Amino acid sequence: MSAEILELTVAEALRRIEAGELAADEYFDTYAGAAHDEELNAYLRVQRRSDEPRTTNEGADAALRGVPIAVKDIFCTEGIETTAGSRILEGYRPPYTATAVRRLADAGARLLGKTNMDEFAMGSSNENSGYGPVLNPWDRERVPGGSSGGSAAAVAGRAAPWAIGTDTGGSIRQPASLCGIVGLKPTYGAVSRYGMIAFASSLDQCGPLTRDVRDAALLLRATEGRDRCDSTSVGIEGGVTLPSRESLEGLRFGVPQELSAEAEGIEAGVSEVFGRTLTLIEELGGKVDECELPHAAHGLSAYYVLAPAEASANLARYDGVRFGPRADADGDLIAMYERTRAEGFGAEVKRRIMLGTYALSSGYYEAYYGRAQRVRTKIADDFRNAFERFDYLVTPTSPTVAFRLGERTADPLAMYLSDFCTVPMSLAGIPAISLPAGLAEPSGGGPKLPVGFQIAGPAFGESGLLDAAHALERAIGFDTRPPGVSS
Amino acid sequence: MPEGYEGVIGLEIHVQLSTRTKMFCGCELSFGDEPNTHTCPICLGHPGTLPVTNEQAVRYALQIALALGCEPAARSIFHRKNYFYPDLPKGYQISQYDIPLASEGRLGDVRIHRVHLEEDAAKLIHLGESGRIHGSAASLVDFNRGGTPLVEIVTEPDLRSPTEAREWAQLMRTTVKQLGVSDVNMEEGSLRCDANVSVRRAGAEQLGTKTELKNMNSFRFLERGITAELERQASLLESGEQVEQETFHFDPRTGALTPLRSKEYAHDYRYFPEPDLVPLAPTEEMLRTARQALPELPAERRERYQAELGLPEVTARQLAFDAELGAYFERALNASRQGTVAEGPAPEPRTIANWVTGELVGRLREAGDGEVDPVSSKVSPEALAALAGMVESNQVTTGAARQVLATLVAEGGGPAEIVEREGLAQMSDAGELEAMVDRAIEAEPVAAEKVKAGNPKAIGPIVGAVMRETKGRADGGQVTRLIQQKLGLD
Repeated sequence: MSAEILELTVAEALRRIEAGELAADEYFDTYAGAAHDEELNAYLRVQRRSDEPRTTNEGADAALRGVPIAVKDIFCTEGIETTAGSRILEGYRPPYTATAVRRLADAGARLLGKTNMDEFAMGSSNENSGYGPVLNPWDRERVPGGSSGGSAAAVAGRAAPWAIGTDTGGSIRQPASLCGIVGLKPTYGAVSRYGMIAFASSLDQCGPLTRDVRDAALLLRATEGRDRCDSTSVGIEGGVTLPSRESLEGLRFGVPQELSAEAEGIEAGVSEVFGRTLTLIEELGGKVDECELPHAAHGLSAYYVLAPAEASANLARYDGVRFGPRADADGDLIAMYERTRAEGFGAEVKRRIMLGTYALSSGYYEAYYGRAQRVRTKIADDFRNAFERFDYLVTPTSPTVAFRLGERTADPLAMYLSDFCTVPMSLAGIPAISLPAGLAEPSGGGPKLPVGFQIAGPAFGESGLLDAAHALERAIGFDTRPPGVSS
Repeated sequence: MPEGYEGVIGLEIHVQLSTRTKMFCGCELSFGDEPNTHTCPICLGHPGTLPVTNEQAVRYALQIALALGCEPAARSIFHRKNYFYPDLPKGYQISQYDIPLASEGRLGDVRIHRVHLEEDAAKLIHLGESGRIHGSAASLVDFNRGGTPLVEIVTEPDLRSPTEAREWAQLMRTTVKQLGVSDVNMEEGSLRCDANVSVRRAGAEQLGTKTELKNMNSFRFLERGITAELERQASLLESGEQVEQETFHFDPRTGALTPLRSKEYAHDYRYFPEPDLVPLAPTEEMLRTARQALPELPAERRERYQAELGLPEVTARQLAFDAELGAYFERALNASRQGTVAEGPAPEPRTIANWVTGELVGRLREAGDGEVDPVSSKVSPEALAALAGMVESNQVTTGAARQVLATLVAEGGGPAEIVEREGLAQMSDAGELEAMVDRAIEAEPVAAEKVKAGNPKAIGPIVGAVMRETKGRADGGQVTRLIQQKLGLD
């Protein structure tokens, strides 16, 4: 029985709860047990049902009826330790709850636990967590992707029915791709960032990691909306409609050559699955054509100036003065700052603080930050132009399937390339979803692993995007259950 | 300063706005409350928090900008100013940089470079003797002040002397005070004034190297600090040395200027646009409302006082450019116009003005320790207007009125009662005065003879005798004329 419960989509579980076929508490407890027992290091903290009465609204109107949800540890949860995967926040219990989490609670969802992540969301493999790496449920010698690796591994590994994560340059889509699940990065401004620990404020966005597109729509619907605590939030006009489309008739799909055929480093297996999916789109009645995003290939370079620049300021508050651990320094202020931060931050975070500080320095600002901003504008223009000819643009989500633990840790640039196909959409602020499209052999050989297919749409066009993804998902018929996960 | 040198001074003024809540969060503003009682996750810089701009602060700042004749930008943006200090919870201050709220204004003879909005830092309290962070036994942070809305006003270097700088700063204070958007109290820190000071050869075009003076928490200290720094720079130049660009901390206890350690100010602030906030674009409604809310500003008020009230320029300026004095005068003027203060016709505004700027200020200055605040004195504007009216309508002599004022300063109350009580009403009974004059002529026969013989100055002792007898209630001119009549001189 319990194994079957773990296979339900949330939409199906909700239907059963509503019909009286499944008790909400049983549903929660089953997942609480699975989350407690998981061996992927996907969770940093697991809640029990008794821990979770406070913000729960299980009234008849509560759309989410007590279902559990895993939350990336980047979201502040009042009184519950929140670390953003960093040692510098060890023991930090926020005095407030993030808007996205509060909205879920208001809708009746219950916090299942806080998931592991790359420190401050900086990473593409989850190996940058201050609390140990997360393992990929498809192959425990491989990474789950990052930075929302804990959320992705928990959902794919049947330790959570669904989860929220954050995406700055690919941090939802890439781990979703590597773990064989659905991941959506909404339009910048769709979901409030209040209470989401900032990495790069102009790019960070909260989004769902789920086992199918319908659950992603449900979760987006529960979290999106204007929030007066976040001046940059606007919500999605007209809300989110649940997907129902079965064909792609009348839809035009553009394939940016810069992010697919022409891009270096895309694995043969990934290309093959990508090509097969394009054929499937045509079979469903969609039109597929090549398109150009002339500046997209510069996205990664611009991103690695802008995101670290913002991060260098966002991470300045971790100074040991008001919260978190404080290093002893014999009363010397500067030494206290230096030691606290030297001990609290990991190597990748330090690298990005250095990069960002440099890029903003007097005399370098124009050459780095100023130029990167202009590239960002060009990329946004590229997408706008492309959406005059196409309804959606499609690319592989990640150039490769899940790579081995340790494989890229010594080479930051190789690691950064993991986000080559996802970063341009982040810079343009537009929504993009990753769907599991099939399995492919990794370049070094071995058992087949999930391949993600990315669909990007125009700003605030989430409902249409989810609808198209839903039609394609049905046609693909991907089994999200990793081998070896008991059933 | 030695001959042949000229000071060049620009001011950087910070005004704490008296909004209900802080610049970017909902905490109430406070002054003097128990430390760390007006804080929240946002103004403490907790992870994940975001700023939201206080609309009232924008409205107040627009009023200041318009009062200074600045052009508000259609769209200005906030920047992050990055540096580490314990009074700065986020590790950056949200401020404005290349596109400020407003720019290019003028107040009096000084051009305004820019006006921008930012948040205040928290307050550090250093334990130990130094009173500074270095060498203190411990430092405590009070975050109540952190996040208070601040308007920064930067002038062009148009001031030439310490006195000019002080007077202009006072005019600036009056202007903001009249807007009602700040307490503008220098001692409490709701008005702070830093100075950029340089010295050059008189007549030179190029500016000398400037230094920055901080922490001058009164107008007198501002003047003293600038004076000391001009002297220092001029004597350096005089002896062939160079002025180093540095920042000085003014010590109000000693008047000394100590250079700040370079670590305390030599920053690369790494400004970049604040991604958590949308651009500040005042709506038409906001601009219209701000314009409509503008009260009469000092320059306009001075003009009105001269043109409509016929006040001399010096008096008009004094009343218009000093917030407290001007407010006091306005109240006295209103009271006299409404006829609530005394019987008879309302006194001329000029008479009231003279009594405010001359008699009252002088008397308060004698009584107090130099600081003159008529509003908090015991003399109500209504009482002063009444007194001026009594003088003008010859109910009391000027001399008697001065006595009344002395009593008012000491005890307060109404002038009519004091006149009554102390018997100071001007003598109006001609017969009684004539009798006194006769007696005085009799008592001073030598003087009377001298006057008759053509020495008008000899009349003094006779007048004096009459005035003594009337205790100042008689008008000196009238008494003199009467004596001359009696001695057959007219």
